[in-house]
Amino acid sequence: MATSWTPDQPIVQCVDVRKSFGALEVLKGISLSVRKGEVICIIGPSGSGKSTLIRCINALQPISSGSIQIEGIEVSDPRLDKLALRRKVGMVFQQYNLFPHKTALQNVMMAPIHVLGQKRAEVEARARALLAKVRLAGKEDTYPGELSGGQQQRVAIARSLAMRPDIMLFDEVTAALDPETVKEVLVTIRELAEDGMTCILVTHEMNFAREVADHVYFTDRGVIVEHGPPATLFTAAKDERTQQFLSQVL
Amino acid sequence: MQAIGDWFQRLYETTGLNFSVFYDAYDWGRYVGGLKMTLLLSITTIVLSLIIGAVGALMQGSPSMLLRLPVNAFVVVFRNTPPLVQLFFFYFGLGTMLPAVEAAGMRVPLLSNVQWAIISLSLFAAAFNVEIFRSGIEAVPRTTIEAAEALGYTRLKAYVHIVLPLAIRVCLPALNNNLVNLLKTTTLAYAIAVPETLYAVKQIWSESQNVFEMMVVLLATYGILVGILVWLMHRWERAMHIPGYAR
Repeated sequence: MATSWTPDQPIVQCVDVRKSFGALEVLKGISLSVRKGEVICIIGPSGSGKSTLIRCINALQPISSGSIQIEGIEVSDPRLDKLALRRKVGMVFQQYNLFPHKTALQNVMMAPIHVLGQKRAEVEARARALLAKVRLAGKEDTYPGELSGGQQQRVAIARSLAMRPDIMLFDEVTAALDPETVKEVLVTIRELAEDGMTCILVTHEMNFAREVADHVYFTDRGVIVEHGPPATLFTAAKDERTQQFLSQVL
Repeated sequence: MQAIGDWFQRLYETTGLNFSVFYDAYDWGRYVGGLKMTLLLSITTIVLSLIIGAVGALMQGSPSMLLRLPVNAFVVVFRNTPPLVQLFFFYFGLGTMLPAVEAAGMRVPLLSNVQWAIISLSLFAAAFNVEIFRSGIEAVPRTTIEAAEALGYTRLKAYVHIVLPLAIRVCLPALNNNLVNLLKTTTLAYAIAVPETLYAVKQIWSESQNVFEMMVVLLATYGILVGILVWLMHRWERAMHIPGYAR
């Protein structure tokens, strides 16, 4: 049920979110809120439920109980208008997941034309601008298979942005990349964040999280162990599990 | 043209090899008529079987049991029974049960033997196409479909714009085989007196007493028709090649 939402309220509001796969409970009561323009990073060991959480946020997976509201839209509502939700929420995946039979430009143009029914000429101009923004001008007619991992991931980011979302979700988007191409993707995300895009990132790039995040959540075994501004969390973590994790990855 | 006719006439007079189709205008007319019917059968059944196959594969992947069950039953029935029996079932079984209609003062069956042949052969080949498309669809990574979902694509739109174009590329070799088989299976229409190539050639050899020669013509005809189909399919395969895409 869409309640009246105003920009001064959290744009993403998760309350006691639980998610089970059979007997396995992956999310054990997650609550977090994100304000418009905020960048939050979710960090934590593998299997702690980070990816599941952001997949639940755009309804790729249903939650078992609790509430997730995006601009007042309740994601767990059985009558959820998924299209309305996905116009607001863009998502970038670890494996890029570009459409391999379409060129970079076509990948960016497809959804606005097919899903939103926008005019081709207008979409094309926007798509070219977006590719230039992610520093891929000149690669418009290249197929995903001919691009490097970092380039593919930037096309994926442009593809999401073409839908003009209010929130961007990034699911370990640099985890499958060569170390030398990680940077180019991070630069793109940082620019987005600086432009005021609300971003939720699941990441293993601790230095990046420290630099761009307004707020960092540390999750372990399905719960948020600790959260706070990066300056506090990375240097003065209170919980033992957080300290242990950070000592291993930093 | 006249020279070719003369040459075959002379061949007959000197060796006794009677390729009557190539010098006798009446036999030639029957042969061309048969060829046209074979082309009509082949093209319509290929197109229809592809459409039915694609729709069936979409239904088969549906979460709804109500959609999956009929498709599965259809595939089992049409794959597990001989195509000739299916043809007889449609023409002699169902055909006689349908009401006749008045046309030009005569009572004629609602559907002609040609129409029954097209229906029967399309369904037969479609049952295989459903399975072939399914193999292609299953090869499309789940994550690619998720990316489409995350962009707001509905199941149907994702199927049309992303899943099917990728699936077809995967299953083209298998599809190629099935369509070649379908072209050859159109000869079964002979059994319900559809005047296709085999039927026409049989008539010619019965009257001209040149079974061996007409057999050669018949085999060469199908050899060439299948050759053209395979050539077209390979061209399609090349046209669909995606630069840098390795499976």
